[in-house]
Amino acid sequence: MISLLKAAGRNALRTGVILFAFALVATALLSFTFARTEPTIERSRQAEKRALLNQVLPPALYDNDLLASQQSVPPDASLGTRQPSAMWIARRGESITAVVLEAIAPDGYGGDIALLIGIDVDGSVTGVRVTAHRETPGLGDYIERAKSPWIEQFVGKSRMNPVPRYWRVAKDGGRFDARAGATITPRAVVKAVGAALDYFARNRAALLAETGPADVASNQETPP
Amino acid sequence: MMTLQEFRTLFSNGLSKQNTGLVQLLGLCPLLAISTTVVNALSLGLATMLVMAASSGAVSSVRHFVPHEIRIPVFVLIIAALVTVIDLLMNAFVHPLYLVLGIFIPLITTNCIVLARADAFASKNRPLHSVVDAFAMGLGLTLVLVVLGAMRELAGQGTLLSGLDLVFGEGAKQFVLHVLPDYQGFLLAILPPGAFIALGLLIAAHNWQKARAERRVHAAAPMPA
Repeated sequence: MISLLKAAGRNALRTGVILFAFALVATALLSFTFARTEPTIERSRQAEKRALLNQVLPPALYDNDLLASQQSVPPDASLGTRQPSAMWIARRGESITAVVLEAIAPDGYGGDIALLIGIDVDGSVTGVRVTAHRETPGLGDYIERAKSPWIEQFVGKSRMNPVPRYWRVAKDGGRFDARAGATITPRAVVKAVGAALDYFARNRAALLAETGPADVASNQETPP
Repeated sequence: MMTLQEFRTLFSNGLSKQNTGLVQLLGLCPLLAISTTVVNALSLGLATMLVMAASSGAVSSVRHFVPHEIRIPVFVLIIAALVTVIDLLMNAFVHPLYLVLGIFIPLITTNCIVLARADAFASKNRPLHSVVDAFAMGLGLTLVLVVLGAMRELAGQGTLLSGLDLVFGEGAKQFVLHVLPDYQGFLLAILPPGAFIALGLLIAAHNWQKARAERRVHAAAPMPA
């Protein structure tokens, strides 16, 4: 009886050690690969983010490091955000030329549509991109730039162009076209871009006054 | 080494007799989720094939060191580690491809075919056989995925190979075939029910073809007088 228990204990110990050895080898392999690939992955992630920002903001509009200018914006109903979102501030020389806001269209056909919206200081859209959505493939997904140029029609639009009563899809009597068969998706995007412009207009002063340390310093140097 | 006969058997099992998609009906989750277009289907199929070949090779190489009772946790560990390594390597060194396939790679871990082949074949056979078997199984799955993707893409959007530019760059756009011009689209084919219906049709076709082959064998046999 005792020897049987002993044998079982030895067996359990043996399998335990083997399992441990495999876990150790797997962990070592993973940490080695992670350590070797991490810098490259981080670089491509930054490049990707930069490329995405450049899609909503013409590179000619800024000469600062956009990624470094990232700030947090508290959740706001007009942005559709329930958590703090990111904002990037574009400057050329000393002056702010545009901002890029994250917004969410909560009423898409498949739920939230995440948007990146570039707005210049005058309140005109410099570009819009959809960063995440769950719209129907092949039907509502033409809001992706990779699928169709639909989203480009926002460029140059502002809160007064077209005026609010035309700031809707053509089917609802507005100025933005939408494909037949999928109206809910573009309706949500049009509404969200309009709301983001409202948000910018309302908070323009506060958003543009949120200056980084470099600007605070340069402001002090300039005599009033 | 491996004889030609063994090689043939492994491939005929993978492609037809034990096809994971049509006969074993394993790994249906990615099969149904991803097969909306040919390009998606092919991409996931190739990625799965790569992971299967690597994990079967690894499992087979260590099969003598793994006690029977803990083989499943060890195999899962090996597969998960390999998938993560492949995921990291692709992210770092073929980033454009990763952007397209990236979401599929972690999905492969959830694919029970990989574990099924590791346990049912690789744990009992030599590494070369195991890799060939995994490759054949993966190829069978890829073929089913591509056919399924073609059926759903054609019925759903009237195109073939759409999204090719996401894998091969903007220049590949010219290869997208608009088979049915001005097609309004057929939503059902793209949504999950379309996947089930198309898979059902494929299984039916496969079974019909198998039954016909068997009838022919019977007919060829000499009748008793």
